[in-house]
Amino acid sequence: MNISLFAAIPEIFMAAMIVVILLLDAFVADNKKHLNTIFTLAALIGGYILQVYVFIPGQIQLAFGNMFILDSLAQGMKLFTYILAIVTVIYIKHYINDKKIMKGEFYAIFLFSILGMLVMISANNLLILYVGLELLSLALYGLVALNRDSTKSTEAAMKFFILGALASGLLLYGISFVFGATGELQLDKVFQAISTNGSQNAGLLVFGLVFIVAGLVFKLGLVPFHMWVPDVYEGSQLAATTVIGSVTKLASVVFIIRFLIGGLVMLSHDWSLMLSMLAFLSLFIGNIVAIAQTNIKRLLGYSTVAHMAFIAFGLMTVSVNGISAVVFYTIVYAITALAGFGVLLFLSKDGFECEQIDDLRGLNKSHPVYAGIMLLVMFSLAGIPPLAGFYAKFTILQALVELGYIKSAVFAVVLSLIGAFYYLRIVKVMYFDEKDVGLQVANVGLLPRVALFINGGLLLLIGILPSGLMNICTQMITS
Amino acid sequence: MIGINHYLILSAVLFALSVMGIFLNRKNIIVVLMSIELMLLAVNFNFITFSSFLHNLAGQIFVFFTLTVAAAEAAIGLAILIVLFRNLRSINVQDMDSLKG
Repeated sequence: MNISLFAAIPEIFMAAMIVVILLLDAFVADNKKHLNTIFTLAALIGGYILQVYVFIPGQIQLAFGNMFILDSLAQGMKLFTYILAIVTVIYIKHYINDKKIMKGEFYAIFLFSILGMLVMISANNLLILYVGLELLSLALYGLVALNRDSTKSTEAAMKFFILGALASGLLLYGISFVFGATGELQLDKVFQAISTNGSQNAGLLVFGLVFIVAGLVFKLGLVPFHMWVPDVYEGSQLAATTVIGSVTKLASVVFIIRFLIGGLVMLSHDWSLMLSMLAFLSLFIGNIVAIAQTNIKRLLGYSTVAHMAFIAFGLMTVSVNGISAVVFYTIVYAITALAGFGVLLFLSKDGFECEQIDDLRGLNKSHPVYAGIMLLVMFSLAGIPPLAGFYAKFTILQALVELGYIKSAVFAVVLSLIGAFYYLRIVKVMYFDEKDVGLQVANVGLLPRVALFINGGLLLLIGILPSGLMNICTQMITS
Repeated sequence: MIGINHYLILSAVLFALSVMGIFLNRKNIIVVLMSIELMLLAVNFNFITFSSFLHNLAGQIFVFFTLTVAAAEAAIGLAILIVLFRNLRSINVQDMDSLKG
């Protein structure tokens, strides 16, 4: 039995830092609350550095009796998670100050959710997968509900909680059948058990698989289980929406890759059919319903549903190209969404939340840089050529066409074209509509602005030179 | 003779009841929270059944974790319910309509 904890050192460090931040918040005077931000950043940067040192390239490290795995997929996704989390903290700092959100609690809960993501990314056992998922979800319910004087936020939190708990229940029920059919919880052993005596207990496995796919798809937000996405995006404060809308996606996708590709790949015939149907529906509903929205957060919620459909299409291919395209797509989506939410965060200030499309009217006249970054984000989400989003969509479509899923590819292209309408409408509002009142920007400081600028530039850079990131993604999958 | 199927059917019935409790319930959020607990217990029952018939202790250990998480989940659910009640002055499912979903 391998009881080494070496591979889990960054997570253990994070857990310790969260306790420190909780204590710090309890004992520090109100006028020194900025210490919380500094400690949060220190925890994330420290975690990043430890993560870099812990990893031995080309080797699969295990911890906690093989329940915890650190391979190149985990390593890559964890480093991206850390970077995105650090940028998130930089973006939301002024927002939290302005809105007088309880800082200590916000950062502590935020770090708990990051810890949950890290655990999920490294899970090699269904038990750890479940525990990581719950750590993430419970923290997210808390983040949404933290705005406790708002009816909208608490209602969104309640809906998120009920549907999230339902999804965990479905997933757990499915896991119990996988356990029953194979007698194993370890993902690699589940794989072995299914490949050696596949036909035995096949009915039990497929029955469980339906529940598992339902639970997993809820976490992504594909169509029959998408109701929470727009509501939670709209109801929670921008800071919480930013967390839910960008970093979380990395962990959810790794979770699905580990579970469906790593553990249940023998059943890929069954689950790829389910995923493809759900993806068709989500592309359709996500893109069509988003047209009618006037609230940007809600619009981005529906746009997430449509983007996750692309990820489901990529997973459906079960090929190396398809899966690396999925990882690429997820990273690009997370970066793009983060930049978009960053602009909205910078435009919000005490007593004003920038969430209606009309709030962006004439943004180009007053703040051309923010308008320019929002333009890049919208073009990237719509998939317009020189930007990162185009290449991400392109690789997924390529993988689909290679394996003969022509119909899916054509459908995805047509629906993306329809989707371009609502992204371009935001661009039109920013550049061609006159504003009636001046839009005042919050005083955000230099560092966040530089971060946002780099983030926007990255969208262009990845779009022009995608091969660097693409190689990283392929390496993560193949080794 | 009571076999594995009887246990599985019992837990499936409990599970179905709890899912119905969440979807068909038009009145009270507390009933929804109770249904969620029932659902997790149905899953636990499934795990214990498999664990006992396969002679594999991992299933029973899983149940301990599920129970712990269920307790944390109930705590968070009730906490959210209380803040919701402070704002809404009601725990009626139908009053949760300020968001369109």
